Amino acid sequence: MNTAIMVVVVMTTIGLIFGLVLAFANRAFSIEVNPLIHIVEDILPKGQCGACGYAGCMAYAEAVVTDPNVAPNLCIPGKKPIADLVADLTGKKAADIEPRVAQIKCNNGISEAIKKYTYVGVEDCIAASMVQGGPKGCQYGCVGFGTCAKICPFDALSMGADGLPIVDEAKCTGCGKCSLICPKHVIGMVPIGSHVAVLCNSKDKGAKAKKVCAVACTGCGLCAKNCPYDAIKIENNLAWVDSNICLEKCSDPVCLAKCPTGAINPLTVEAKKTAIIQKEAAAKAKKEKLAQKEKTEQK
Amino acid sequence: MEYLTLFMGAVVVNNFVLTKFLGLCIFFGVSKNLSASAGMGMAVTAVMTLSSMLAWLVYSFVLVPFGLEFMKTAVFVLLIASFVQLLEMIIKKQAPALYNMWGIYLLLIATNCIVLAVPLEMAEGGLSFLMTVVYAVGSGLGFGLAIILMASCREKLRLADVPKHLEGLGIAFIIAGMLALAFLGFSGMI
Repeated sequence: MNTAIMVVVVMTTIGLIFGLVLAFANRAFSIEVNPLIHIVEDILPKGQCGACGYAGCMAYAEAVVTDPNVAPNLCIPGKKPIADLVADLTGKKAADIEPRVAQIKCNNGISEAIKKYTYVGVEDCIAASMVQGGPKGCQYGCVGFGTCAKICPFDALSMGADGLPIVDEAKCTGCGKCSLICPKHVIGMVPIGSHVAVLCNSKDKGAKAKKVCAVACTGCGLCAKNCPYDAIKIENNLAWVDSNICLEKCSDPVCLAKCPTGAINPLTVEAKKTAIIQKEAAAKAKKEKLAQKEKTEQK
Repeated sequence: MEYLTLFMGAVVVNNFVLTKFLGLCIFFGVSKNLSASAGMGMAVTAVMTLSSMLAWLVYSFVLVPFGLEFMKTAVFVLLIASFVQLLEMIIKKQAPALYNMWGIYLLLIATNCIVLAVPLEMAEGGLSFLMTVVYAVGSGLGFGLAIILMASCREKLRLADVPKHLEGLGIAFIIAGMLALAFLGFSGMI
């Protein structure tokens, strides 16, 4: 009986002492946290993608609330609604946020690719590209093991049948995580709704690029010469499309038909249709020309 | 010599993780990369040492005089949980840099069996204050050693061709078993 009372007394005292110490410490060591940080963190998408340049949504919320120099529109997955909300909460001015999606700048699928060797190691692009730059003949193209699809926090990338990642534009928030992890830097971020894209990343000179890939951009410059709006430039043997000019001015992309290798590809459905028509027309014209040539030669 | 035996015994021979299988939750949870596991090892060592010092004081000046040794488990659990809370508050206020490094681990340790094990063994073995400190530091370092070994194995595993059904925790347990087998070789040294 005595022991039981002792237990109760001692345990209560110990508990009480610890409780009091903790309560006192809570007071003495309290840190004031701005409640706004939690509100801002609450409205962020919580993909923890790091597209804003901070370690995660919480870190960005803290920075945007406490640092007046941090812009409210850094959350790319959140797009404009979130940027406006954050700007409202922090009393900053909302700048425009450019909605963007991932784009795979390679069209060199497994079926077409020329192989240097058969890779049997870990199914990971980074590991595969460590071995002589990957199994594909092209040094710059997609390695095709889907490291980007594995890292995507929004489940927007999937591996297609031909070993190239397919972007689900509805799901892609434009965070750019895939673009960062890709060892070949083959994924670019482009504005939503671009008409055309150069689906090639090869910086090799024309002949060399063509040797390892049938659909490579050879840097011939035909597209740049024919673009009426000067939206295409050739840099490092690679055509580069300024999507903004394209989006604003062009409704009938002539560059698609001009490309001899088909490296420039249409992106929207309508553009794809017109491209097919144009390509067929071009092929027909070519045939006719050849036929005429033969005729004149025969004569 | 006695202290050295106790220390080495705690680090390798009676390694808490690999021979007594305590603290497995954090051992598997935090051993995915080397820097995190080193941080965890340090945090465990610090908490273990401080809390077992406290536990020794409470045990020998409160529990033994009142004849309440049988209540030691409950008292130690209470003591460690509140001590870790207190430590977290102090670090958060006084050393934010350290808090950023340790903060998340501290709460994981709060209710972990490995921290509780040292005071309990201390009570059972009737160790002196200094011996308790040596034992606690040794046990903490032993845990750190085990988790760093594990993390370096698991970092290499990331690029290894592991059979699909063993990926992740499966292969981690197998490796932990192999490490434990290796540590078995130390038994009988003391």
